[in-house]
Amino acid sequence: MYADRNSGLQVRLQQILPIPLDAQLHCDMGELLVLVGPSGSGKSTILRCIAGLADAATGLVRFEDFVWLDTESGVRLSPQKRSVGLVFQHYALFPHLSALENITVVLDGLARNRRRADARELLELVNLNGLENRRPDELSGGQQQRLALARSLARDPDVLLLDEPFSAVDQITRRKLQRELARMRHHLELPIILVTHDLDEACVLADRMCILHRGETLQSGAPYEVMSRPQTETVARLVGLSNLFKGKVLGHDSVRQITLLDWAGYTLQCGHHPEVQPGQTVNWVVPPENVILHRRHRPSRGERENPVNGVISDFVVLGGDASITMLVNGDPHKPLSFSLSTHVAHRNGLGTGEHIRISLLAKGIHMML
Amino acid sequence: MDWSALTLSLELAAWTTAILIPVGVLIGRTLALRKFMARSLVEALIALPLVLPPTVLGFYLLVAFGGASPLGKIYEALVGRPLVFSFQGLLLASLIFNLPFAVQPVQRAFESLPVQIREAAWCCGMTPWRTFRYIELPLVWTGMLSAIVLTFAHTLGEFGVVLMVGGNIPGETQTIAIAIYDRVQALQEQQAALMSAILLGFSFVMIGFIYYLSDRTRRNHVR
Repeated sequence: MYADRNSGLQVRLQQILPIPLDAQLHCDMGELLVLVGPSGSGKSTILRCIAGLADAATGLVRFEDFVWLDTESGVRLSPQKRSVGLVFQHYALFPHLSALENITVVLDGLARNRRRADARELLELVNLNGLENRRPDELSGGQQQRLALARSLARDPDVLLLDEPFSAVDQITRRKLQRELARMRHHLELPIILVTHDLDEACVLADRMCILHRGETLQSGAPYEVMSRPQTETVARLVGLSNLFKGKVLGHDSVRQITLLDWAGYTLQCGHHPEVQPGQTVNWVVPPENVILHRRHRPSRGERENPVNGVISDFVVLGGDASITMLVNGDPHKPLSFSLSTHVAHRNGLGTGEHIRISLLAKGIHMML
Repeated sequence: MDWSALTLSLELAAWTTAILIPVGVLIGRTLALRKFMARSLVEALIALPLVLPPTVLGFYLLVAFGGASPLGKIYEALVGRPLVFSFQGLLLASLIFNLPFAVQPVQRAFESLPVQIREAAWCCGMTPWRTFRYIELPLVWTGMLSAIVLTFAHTLGEFGVVLMVGGNIPGETQTIAIAIYDRVQALQEQQAALMSAILLGFSFVMIGFIYYLSDRTRRNHVR
């Protein structure tokens, strides 16, 4: 869908073996695109194809007007000829060289003094000044990651690729490094593609994220957009949405701007989805924050919206929140999850086996074809 | 004490090592990094001198170098004297029977290099030659040192092949190992004991050096 655009990085890859790929990506100048997918979904392979470390059967990789890969015209540039910086998952630092030398060694063709000055500048950029003479094994995980980042920027690349850059450090360091990247990327006017299996990381860092499944790019968009408006059931599952059901479209009410859905014996009023046809079976999802508990013994107004009955099958207290799963009409095939403040749950006397009544907010119901 | 035999042995070992190490790096690196059909076959051929009785290897080399063989004929036509029972013939044989000692340690060293390190170098814009010179070579250096020491020490100690191919010509092909055998045959036990002690001490120091190096490397990598 971006094939006609000429700015930034454009990637189109297709192959069947050895790893199936059907990927289409675009990353603008200064944009941070996060590729998310479970392990084995081809994330790293795509990065390797962009960097020139792997080949796809057919495809096109283009930065601005520079064609790096075009299988149709037989163009395949070597990694050296592609202006790309790649941070490896386990950094792949040169173990026999000091931090400074790890950078100077790749700065070919410059005078020695110039190389050292440039390398120092890069180390400063990633807050490693003072550690120039340490070897990689004398640096902490976080410092190694920063050194890898500095080294990848040494050739002044046009595109920056990060392969699970935060996966090999502890959680506290990870948060810190994520903040540093978020701050630093604004100084880097280049397309940045980051690969991760961590959805939270993707949501925090991405300008746009792209959901990948078995080598196929399924949906891309702003994180909130993708998370709340998945286009397909597969995407909904991949982004970890629960409360995924199938229902039958009854019809539209264009005056009230709603679509009516038949599900589990209820007629649900949903936000207007003009694209679905009456009689059609659709997947729909309701995010947990759009599930409202009716106060027991004290029904109040505002609880008329899509009331649904059920039995609590699972009640878990996680600190201040209680995570609740209820079986709609007691049907074990229709589990519906939501969470509440723990004190609200206690005040209402909730627990496993209790009968409750909830409302599904019409605006929160999202349908997928 | 037969100094000329010792000098000859050292000379042979030095030449063998000097010629074989670049060859070992080339073959070892290729075997470690490239996947090709005949790889197992090549590896087996290189390892053959390790398991073959030296007399068997020596016999085939003798036949291959002899005046009746194409190689022997060409050499004699070019140089004017036969290849067998000459220092050059001995050196050629030495290069062949030392191949596993020069190739295998280098191959193992290249195999233990993470692929990503070379890829990282390429993605930083380093040419294959610069990657080899500044990244790979320093990282396989201990493997190369092992190859050097093993090849050198093994050449000093080889007996069977040297006897078969080189004969036993003092000053031309009589190495220290053969000189020891000669002395024992001649019941000059003291001389044999002295030369044996020199070879023993030398070999021990060399092997100790390799173990020290590999131990240090391992500790460096673990740290």
